Amino acid sequence: MNFLYDYTYYLGAFGLVFIGLYVILTRKNLIRVIIGLSLLETGVNLFLVSLGYVRGGTAPIFSGSGTEAAGMVDPIPQALVLTSIVIGMAVLALALSLAIRLYRHAGTIDLAKIRGQRW
Amino acid sequence: MRKIALLVPLAVIAAGALAVLAEIPFGDRKGEVGEYYLREGRDQTGAVNIITSVVVGYRGFDTLGEVTILFTAAVGVGAVLKFAKKSGKDTGYRPSSLILRTGCRLLFPLIILVGAYIFLHGHLTPGGGFPGGAVMASAWLLVYLGCRERRISARAAGAVESASGAAFVLAGLAGLVGGGYFLANFLPCGVAGTLFSAGIIPVIYVLIGFKVGAELAGIIDNLLLESG
Amino acid sequence: MILPVLLTAVMLAGALAAAVFREPVSAVIALGLVSLIAAVLFYLLQAPDVAMAEAAIGTGLTTAIFLIAIRRTEGGG
Repeated sequence: MNFLYDYTYYLGAFGLVFIGLYVILTRKNLIRVIIGLSLLETGVNLFLVSLGYVRGGTAPIFSGSGTEAAGMVDPIPQALVLTSIVIGMAVLALALSLAIRLYRHAGTIDLAKIRGQRW
Repeated sequence: MRKIALLVPLAVIAAGALAVLAEIPFGDRKGEVGEYYLREGRDQTGAVNIITSVVVGYRGFDTLGEVTILFTAAVGVGAVLKFAKKSGKDTGYRPSSLILRTGCRLLFPLIILVGAYIFLHGHLTPGGGFPGGAVMASAWLLVYLGCRERRISARAAGAVESASGAAFVLAGLAGLVGGGYFLANFLPCGVAGTLFSAGIIPVIYVLIGFKVGAELAGIIDNLLLESG
Repeated sequence: MILPVLLTAVMLAGALAAAVFREPVSAVIALGLVSLIAAVLFYLLQAPDVAMAEAAIGTGLTTAIFLIAIRRTEGGG
């Protein structure tokens, strides 16, 4: 039970990663595949931020007079994930616009029907 | 059958991942670079928010690369969806009721103000350019969903975005001239904790905030109003 | 102490719902729930910047562009 309390964040992040992988691999509707991609990205971001956590630490912002540098969490994973979230959303928008274009061209977004088509 | 056969390799990968995770201690100090940034960050860059000083000060060149990725994705969305802009107007929607129109018109400048506050105070409070730009794009999304009368013209959004990106590179080149290396902090640092402190960091964050807001609003404009 | 375990359980249930639901619109709403709980977990991990970014982008803009794309592709073939 102590294992569960300690590693909750890791298990949650990896659970999201594996559910996202399963959705990408087994769904035929293109919109569902992109939903799986979004789950995968959220899981990876959560894992990165939980790597930098220090027990009993506070947020890395100097405010007032009570905060000192020794009791803060690691700032580097948070700086990386901050930009990664915005880039993930831009990549999702690009993937959805490609799905719209595919629907215009082929009339369907069911991957099982599209895979057999020729030019 | 394929789904069951797929679960076996995933279970093996999951077992391997859990075995690795048991080796990584949760909640212990792991990196030394982070501790260096925490100790020296306030004196060297002048920003009270250490994440801002990492994103714009210590790792500013990586932020320039990420802004380029955002720009490429926005250009991609515009290029893929521009094939059949017949009229540019979305047909088949009902005009909204009076309450919805008035509410959207009242809320729109307030949300823009909140977004501008978030990226102006990026070096003092949590936030910065990226969440501030996203909040500004949410204000435009509210206008698209509620009023539909005002839309961001594509040329204005493109002009704001290009000008902000070029100004970011120009600020880096000015740092090269003034400080000796690209993106150097050559303006005076001031007293840590006030609004006009931390040298060039607030300037860069304002530019990033405008750029991200214009880009995300342009993406939503392309997706919503491509004629169908 | 019990709060992260409870929130993680709800988040995993929401992710399973996003994987299993048949209607794409319902799956997108479950995705918004996952993003919201991820934002709360980011705050519990002492990362307020990341929580603000995830709440603004994950629950607002991502759900909106998914719903726009579902309408443009007629709900999927």
